Amino acid sequence: MAIPFMSEEWAVALKDAINTNDAYREAAATWEGDFYFIAELGDGSTKTIYLDLWHGECRDAFVVNDASVKTPEFEVSGKIPAWKKVLAKQVDPIQALITRQLKLKGNMAKVLRAVKAAQELVNSATKVPTEFPE
Amino acid sequence: MWIFSSPRIVFGEDALNYLEELRGRRAFFVTDANMVRLGFVERVQKHLRAAGLESAVFADVEPEPSLQTVRRAAEQMAQYQPDWVIGLGGGSAMDAAKAAWLLYECPTADPAAINPMETYGLRQKARLVAIPTTSGTGSETTWATVLTDTDIGMKLSMGTHELTPDLAIVDPSLVTSMPPRITADTGMDVLTHAVEGYTSTMHNDFSDGLCLKATALVFQYLPRAYANGQDMEAREHMHNAASIAGLGFGNSMAALAHAMGHSLGAVFHVPHGRSVGLFLPYVIEFTANGGGTRYADIAKFLDLPAEDEAQGAASLVAAIRDLQRRIDFATSVQQLGVDREDFEAALPKLIANAEADNQLFFNARFANSEDLAKLFMCAYEGRSVDF
Ligand SMILES: [Zn+2]
Repeated sequence: MAIPFMSEEWAVALKDAINTNDAYREAAATWEGDFYFIAELGDGSTKTIYLDLWHGECRDAFVVNDASVKTPEFEVSGKIPAWKKVLAKQVDPIQALITRQLKLKGNMAKVLRAVKAAQELVNSATKVPTEFPE
Repeated sequence: MWIFSSPRIVFGEDALNYLEELRGRRAFFVTDANMVRLGFVERVQKHLRAAGLESAVFADVEPEPSLQTVRRAAEQMAQYQPDWVIGLGGGSAMDAAKAAWLLYECPTADPAAINPMETYGLRQKARLVAIPTTSGTGSETTWATVLTDTDIGMKLSMGTHELTPDLAIVDPSLVTSMPPRITADTGMDVLTHAVEGYTSTMHNDFSDGLCLKATALVFQYLPRAYANGQDMEAREHMHNAASIAGLGFGNSMAALAHAMGHSLGAVFHVPHGRSVGLFLPYVIEFTANGGGTRYADIAKFLDLPAEDEAQGAASLVAAIRDLQRRIDFATSVQQLGVDREDFEAALPKLIANAEADNQLFFNARFANSEDLAKLFMCAYEGRSVDF
């Protein structure tokens, strides 16, 4: 049963997928940094999830309705088709960032040094059966 | 969305004369001591004086420039307040010039975090001229800069479109004294840029033709430039090829041979072109074994047998190995004199470095940790890649 993208259920499923991915645990062993993942919908609204990634583990993941709840180190935002392409592995996450399909707020160099972790994060997300809004 | 960036390129005999058309007050050189010793700085200064520009020189750039060196250059630049910055030398000097210029324009920027997503607003104080004295890195036409952070012992390969030089002076008279070994190493870097730029996942209509042309120029002229440094026709075409390949891969990214080459270079201190050029044929075999690639296009352009992708890739690899033999280029890591025990001991570090290199991502076939381990061993022993 597919889970709606960026829903509370999706956030929980993503957290589980990350925490059961040994390759991510290894690749992100030294990673310290939390994120907002922001999906921009066709009607101008946005959906945001917060992701706390720490030393190869996802410590927390939940839907954020008020952006001031957290002040994460990074924000990745993009339209639904861009997220879809990344999660379908048609475009790798770094490529999506440098071609500005996804936008990053935060220290890009830190992310560029964690390419393997970024890829394993995406690999984890692909394990979540996702239903995208039209 | 993607951006194609290019400087104005002045090339050919007497290209340096173009500097006399610069308008401004003062220029600041970022270069190395060798450029002063060879009289190249003085030659450039002469043209600047004719244009009415005074100049100051920072000649402390080391072979793998550090962030620390870049900061020192930027401090001196800020004191001198130039309206032109001149990066003169090989890739190291030009890369250091780019980063120091960025700090001069934008003192609060973190040079370790230069990235294409941010806007820096350069060119408020000065513009950048790049003058290469090797035919290799193509830094004169790219927006990339490779620096070493000595605090964390890692190479940082970064860039932003704004760092594309305003002007590239591609004058072949600056490369006639390049020794054969450096000619071979830097020439193989050009070939690797061209082939990886054509086959990377970021390849595009704007860069394809440049990559193909640069590939053909290397096959035609590198053996001649290597055999006879005074062969001016070969020197000029190789010098052009480096800038053309820079435009090609600079606008489409390099790939796995660069990820592996940066890694080997950092651990065993192998010159850049020697390590990326060594890995190139292995990477082609690996990528072609994964199926759809674009090597057949390159082979066809070179008039090599290319009935299908597999044959195209195989004939391109054979042509590269033949070229390597003609320029006495090492075809295995073993031939570089690296001890097997040392290499095997360093393997985890080599893999980790390559996996932290963003060029890894732009290869048409992704190499995971096991693939990298096997690739490094194939390249060590000089064995063809059969997986
Ligand atoms: Zn290179």
